[in-house]
Amino acid sequence: MYGGGNTFESAKFEGLENEDPQKLAEFEARIERGEKIEPSDWMPKLYRKQLIRMIEQHAHSEIIGALPEGTWITRAPGFKRKLALMAKVQDEVGHAQLLYSAAETLGKPREAMIDDLITGKSKYSNIFNYPAFTWADSCFISWLVDAGAIVNQLANARGSYGPYCRALDRICAEESFHLKYGHHCVIHMATGSEKQREMMQAAINRWWGPMMHFFGPPDKVSVHTEVLMKWKVKMASNDDCRNQFLDMYVPKIWELGLTIPDPNLKKNEDTGRWEYTEPDWEEFKRVINGDGPCNKERLAVRRTAEERGAWVRKALLAPKTEYVAPLA
Amino acid sequence: MNQTALKELLYKIADDQLILGHRNSEWTGMGPLLEEDIAFSSMAQDKVGQSHAIYQILHEIGEGEPDQVAFMRNAEQFHNCQMVELPNGEYDFSLMRHFLYDTAEAIRFDMLTKSSYEPLALLAKKIQGELRYHTMHAKTWIKQLGTATEESKSRLQTSFNELFPYALGMFEQSPYENDIIADGIFPGEEALKEKWMARVEEIIGQTDLKMPEVSEAKLGGRKGEHTEYLQPLLDEMSEVFKIDPTADW
Ligand SMILES: [Fe+2]
Ligand SMILES: [Fe+2]
Ligand SMILES: [Fe+2]
Repeated sequence: MYGGGNTFESAKFEGLENEDPQKLAEFEARIERGEKIEPSDWMPKLYRKQLIRMIEQHAHSEIIGALPEGTWITRAPGFKRKLALMAKVQDEVGHAQLLYSAAETLGKPREAMIDDLITGKSKYSNIFNYPAFTWADSCFISWLVDAGAIVNQLANARGSYGPYCRALDRICAEESFHLKYGHHCVIHMATGSEKQREMMQAAINRWWGPMMHFFGPPDKVSVHTEVLMKWKVKMASNDDCRNQFLDMYVPKIWELGLTIPDPNLKKNEDTGRWEYTEPDWEEFKRVINGDGPCNKERLAVRRTAEERGAWVRKALLAPKTEYVAPLA
Repeated sequence: MNQTALKELLYKIADDQLILGHRNSEWTGMGPLLEEDIAFSSMAQDKVGQSHAIYQILHEIGEGEPDQVAFMRNAEQFHNCQMVELPNGEYDFSLMRHFLYDTAEAIRFDMLTKSSYEPLALLAKKIQGELRYHTMHAKTWIKQLGTATEESKSRLQTSFNELFPYALGMFEQSPYENDIIADGIFPGEEALKEKWMARVEEIIGQTDLKMPEVSEAKLGGRKGEHTEYLQPLLDEMSEVFKIDPTADW
């Protein structure tokens, strides 16, 4: 996983008129030529602000996303699944680490970002505010939520900010393993016993709405994307990402004999676009603003972890700190 | 070679690795900093992977499939020492347990590289790199937190005192101790304990911590006598597996 960043919340669009017009023109020309912007380069305040917000939200999504799946590590059925899920969730925490570092290059320290997460000031991917009730839910997340994230992340990896692109390149390489793992889990559930199949179908029914929400509101109501597209901060529209996801994964879901709880879901062969029932966007708004089934629980867990670890971080500020990085 | 003695040895090592690996994995997403989340997960993966490798050896000499053995036995059938099944507690407790256990683990497997039982000697050689990282990680953190602030030192000392009797329980002797030694499979728990004590004292000596008063070992784990914490751990671990133990998950 996880997020695609820019679908959760945008910075306020103001102050652009105060930027030095010549520097702004040079900056835009560099992006136009496909050059990457590096931390020490000049950039408009708005660009910096929007990128911090986006990368930070992406990092939060990785760390919060580790929670619903993480609770299934201790219950994963059999050695193979247990080991793979541990490695997957470990990767996700590693992604958070990489992304916090990328965001730090823009001037906001990790501690400040984590503070904003646990006080609810900063957002993360909406989908993790839903509960993973059964093993099948964790299979859904590993396959399809990660698949959705890959669609977003591959697009963003072509963006203009160097450190974010490089972090995403590393992340995408690991995501392909997650996708394979998740797909295998779902295949085994869908082709297994009656009970397994039922569990899997129920998970799809539960998660389809949040999955459609995952890519953000329809383009016709998303505001202020032109400048972000010009600056290569946002690389693909919400609807395009959603359509790409549907195109790649709906046939694979159907192939397994599973159904999707939307009678209107079909590909329009003339336009090449998928048609579907709009998910409940009021619910999306409610959940992203804090009123979803698990918002409070997720933040409480994160807050507790931060509080319980405070003495360790304080002790590390004492001299002689060395880190020991794991081999794998 | 006494097969019963050999199996007893293999089971207790595998069970220790599985149960502590499981406990370490509970830190995922909950660590005091992301780096430690990742480190504990990495060590958890190593331990669970190593337990699997030993259950596989057991399977090859007639025991059940690793999945069945790990997910279908109840607490009385497990031979892990009690220390590994205790709940994680705060980070100081988990870190101290990691230090005490992994120090012994590294010496144990180092001894096993010379085992007359070849599958075990081969495995012990293969995992030496992993184990070296674990002890290096433990040593670095114990030295750092054991010399840092008043709070970190007092937390570690409290956990150390609490864990010490359980740590001694790691070396509970098997009824086949003499056979195991005579057959050259393993030099025995007493020899392991001696080396372990020396190494622990050496590292603790580089911190502001003190060795606890010598106390009585918490025994019984090797005979299937466990604390109230093991069965709930196993119930959780097998919750999905037991929905259909014959299914392919
Ligand atoms: Fe990720
Ligand atoms: Fe992932
Ligand atoms: Fe790893």
